Amino acid sequence: MKNRIRTARPHVNRNEALIFERSTPGKRGVDLPPLDVPPASPREALGDSYREAIEGFPEVSELEVVRHFTRLSTWNYGVDTGLYPLGSCTMKYNPRVNEAVARLEGLASDHPYAPEPLAQGCLEVLHETARCLAEISGMDAVSLQPAAGAQGELTGILMMRACLAERGNPRQYILIPDSAHGTNPASVTISGYQIRNLKSNERGCIDLAELSRAMTGEVAGLMLTNPNTLGIFETQMREISDLVHARGGLVYMDGANMNALIGVARPADFGADLMHLNLHKTFTTPHGGGGPGSGPVAVKTFLEPYLPSPTIEKLSDGSFRLNHDRPKSVGRVRAFYGNFGMAVRALAYILANGAEGLRQTTEDAVLNANYVLARLRDVYDVPYDQPCLHECVLSDRRQAARGVRTGDIAKRLIDYGFHPYTTSFPLIVHGAMMIEPTESASQDELDEFIEALRSIAEEIEEDPGFVLKAPHTTRVARLDEVGAARKPILRWKP
Amino acid sequence: MRYLPHSPQDRSEMLAAIGLHSKDELFAQIPESLKLRGDLKLPGPLSEPEIVEFFQAAAARSSREYVSLLGAGAYSHYRPVAVEALLARGEFFTAYTPYQAEIAQGTLQALFEFQTLITQLTGMEAANASLYDGSTATTEAALMAMRLTRRNQLVVARTVHPEYRQVLATYVGHQGTRVTEVPWSASGELDRRELEAAVNPETAAVIVQSPNFLGVMERMGEIAEFVHRNAALLIVAITEPLSLALVKPPAEADIVCGEAQSFGVPVAFGGPYVGFLATREKFIRQMPGRLVGQTQDTEGRRGFVLTLAAREQHIRREKATSNICTNQSLCALAATIYLCLLGEKGLKALAEQNFSKAHYTARQLARAPGASLPFAAAFFNEFVVRAPGDAEALLAELQREKILGGVHLRRFYPELEDHLLVCVTETADRGALDRMARVYARWAGHSPALETPARDSTTAKAG
Repeated sequence: MKNRIRTARPHVNRNEALIFERSTPGKRGVDLPPLDVPPASPREALGDSYREAIEGFPEVSELEVVRHFTRLSTWNYGVDTGLYPLGSCTMKYNPRVNEAVARLEGLASDHPYAPEPLAQGCLEVLHETARCLAEISGMDAVSLQPAAGAQGELTGILMMRACLAERGNPRQYILIPDSAHGTNPASVTISGYQIRNLKSNERGCIDLAELSRAMTGEVAGLMLTNPNTLGIFETQMREISDLVHARGGLVYMDGANMNALIGVARPADFGADLMHLNLHKTFTTPHGGGGPGSGPVAVKTFLEPYLPSPTIEKLSDGSFRLNHDRPKSVGRVRAFYGNFGMAVRALAYILANGAEGLRQTTEDAVLNANYVLARLRDVYDVPYDQPCLHECVLSDRRQAARGVRTGDIAKRLIDYGFHPYTTSFPLIVHGAMMIEPTESASQDELDEFIEALRSIAEEIEEDPGFVLKAPHTTRVARLDEVGAARKPILRWKP
Repeated sequence: MRYLPHSPQDRSEMLAAIGLHSKDELFAQIPESLKLRGDLKLPGPLSEPEIVEFFQAAAARSSREYVSLLGAGAYSHYRPVAVEALLARGEFFTAYTPYQAEIAQGTLQALFEFQTLITQLTGMEAANASLYDGSTATTEAALMAMRLTRRNQLVVARTVHPEYRQVLATYVGHQGTRVTEVPWSASGELDRRELEAAVNPETAAVIVQSPNFLGVMERMGEIAEFVHRNAALLIVAITEPLSLALVKPPAEADIVCGEAQSFGVPVAFGGPYVGFLATREKFIRQMPGRLVGQTQDTEGRRGFVLTLAAREQHIRREKATSNICTNQSLCALAATIYLCLLGEKGLKALAEQNFSKAHYTARQLARAPGASLPFAAAFFNEFVVRAPGDAEALLAELQREKILGGVHLRRFYPELEDHLLVCVTETADRGALDRMARVYARWAGHSPALETPARDSTTAKAG
């Protein structure tokens, strides 16, 4: 209680203007080498379409650019700054060697249309990454083309459609539990299917009887996350997948929560037919402030013909080639071969760990989540009271009685030096506080985090108004999101 | 394991704190029959030097020793050192999507600047905070146009990047959307008569790329007029946005989308890149992807937040405008830093260098007997040359000279046998370009007759 931070100290970096406001005509941050060919005149060649000026474009020196973005960076919180327990987002350490190898000349510089014999290194990286992901998921084939998890979902559902269409009827509906990520229903809709929501049972899991009622001949399959968004394993997974398969459907698994399973259980072994993985969650490629992601799809053999085109093959002489001749493929979901640079990083991570390191990682991630749960359960409500895997979900039920909600507690956590947990998700928990510490949190850091949340609970008892106005230490106080949406200002104007 | 902060003792203490005796009990909820027996069969563990060695070996089996004249949607441009230095700041690259605005103002302000730069370049009124890449941005633009017009047909120029068209086909193929492709005319521009025949009252949008896949600049004004007369929307896709420093922006368009990889993002075998999508203000509520908006805090200070989230999947679920969750923030940041460094003058000068070098190369190559430039329309830094003879053999010969001489267009257009798409940016020096011209001339059985090398004061100042 005595160390509580009440005020923030102003800082020289705190008033960095927009780069456009720093601009002065005549400046620039680069000098070009002299032109080594005779100049041609674009003005002449283009006539009326020649552009004289780019209105409003910034003109600043290199130093000003470096200061500007360095200052902006200090307003951010990253995994490098501290604990980032965003549930479902798996904010783990991003190893530096991943960044170094992804920037190697030859990997960072190769052109996607370079002749195959001159792109063997890049093709090998893609092939080897796919092979490792197949082993980890238990699946038989992998495409690295999807640019992110949501695109992986879309690709997977399109593959389900293609497979069922070939069997005679693509069907109309996909079942999705009410605890699912928002991308699931959005991806299904874009794939041309309609959603049927599955109501979770009292454990927060899929209800077999409900599933049995819903899994009719019009349903193409089930899209589920396992462990689900409560961090709970679907213990009846075998029965679930058997039921869906018996009724002619397929089981798609959202692999967002694979950090709970690697080396412990494999989706293909427990009944999933296909899934996507998030290289930016489980496999330490950086989130980058919202991307790039990478969402490879992994499938069982019978779905392999439908994978996006091209695929990468290893020939008997040890060389690699792109196979564009895939008549049953769902097509292409992205230009070129996906977010190659993310595959480099993910492979570097897998190589660094090996099987034993990945298993240890999973154990630590699950240990950490259970440790947090065990030490907060007397202060915060636990809506589904059972051990968790990689993340735990609490609720603000007790604090809401004092008028303080999950979002307010999250903001107050910022003052204690932590990134907030995920608020208000999953939707089946009112006032959810979804905490995923990942394996990257040390015991000390977890203890501090737990103490912070306990301290906030006390503050709420004593002075809820203070918590409601948090954060108190950041460069800006709470921002008016409603106003921003009502009259959107989406660009700077002179 | 060097990435894990727990000591063995921490682990046992923590297990004890939660009342467990062994780590296996952590997974008690997973039925035994569903667990993996034995270990995963994976390579590793490797130390850091071993990892570096592995990837260096892979990087060596590449085209890094070659001068690349490959473009076709992925462009080699010099990346100022400051771009990489700033991207390497952990506060940027280890942050999540800026939902907690108070501790993400860095990312948010940079994305707001990105949005502004894209509107300035494209002549549009609003841009989003980026999409996966140019191919998906173009597809999202088409879906947006179908929502806006409530029409279900698309007309697409055949000169839109072939892989962009393939992605579009994947997304709309199962929805009964009819996609009609319009060929190019003798000049390499969109064939207007064919366009007029293709558009009908059900056409939601016409999608045109400029410079198009043949390198040719489209004259957008006339196309826009026709499209709007038919109450359809005009979508302009751009794969080489550096061209916008020299060409008037397609301000007549309804949506301008494409790929911003040219701006400080490495070619990296095709990704990650950074798609953009810009449009008119009146359409913003149908835009896909994240948007950053300006607002103020409780004390009246300017700040930035993700806004209009009511369009997005995490709020709207199956009714969202798109299933997109991530954008390409870090690549958008790279583009923002790059554009700030270049500035208006730098970008224009760079574009002029690209223009000059490409035109120089085109002239040199066309001198070889049997070679020709089949399309007469204006181009920027990329053009089609008809090879003097067998293009595959010519490319192989150029490879012996350590030059990747272009993309054989037969790969995408069977009728363009022996036609090469050649891209010349500032990264190709004159020595290599002249060497290429000599190979062309030799190929045609004649000795080269190059323009006199001139490094005089006028050209030296052009930078």
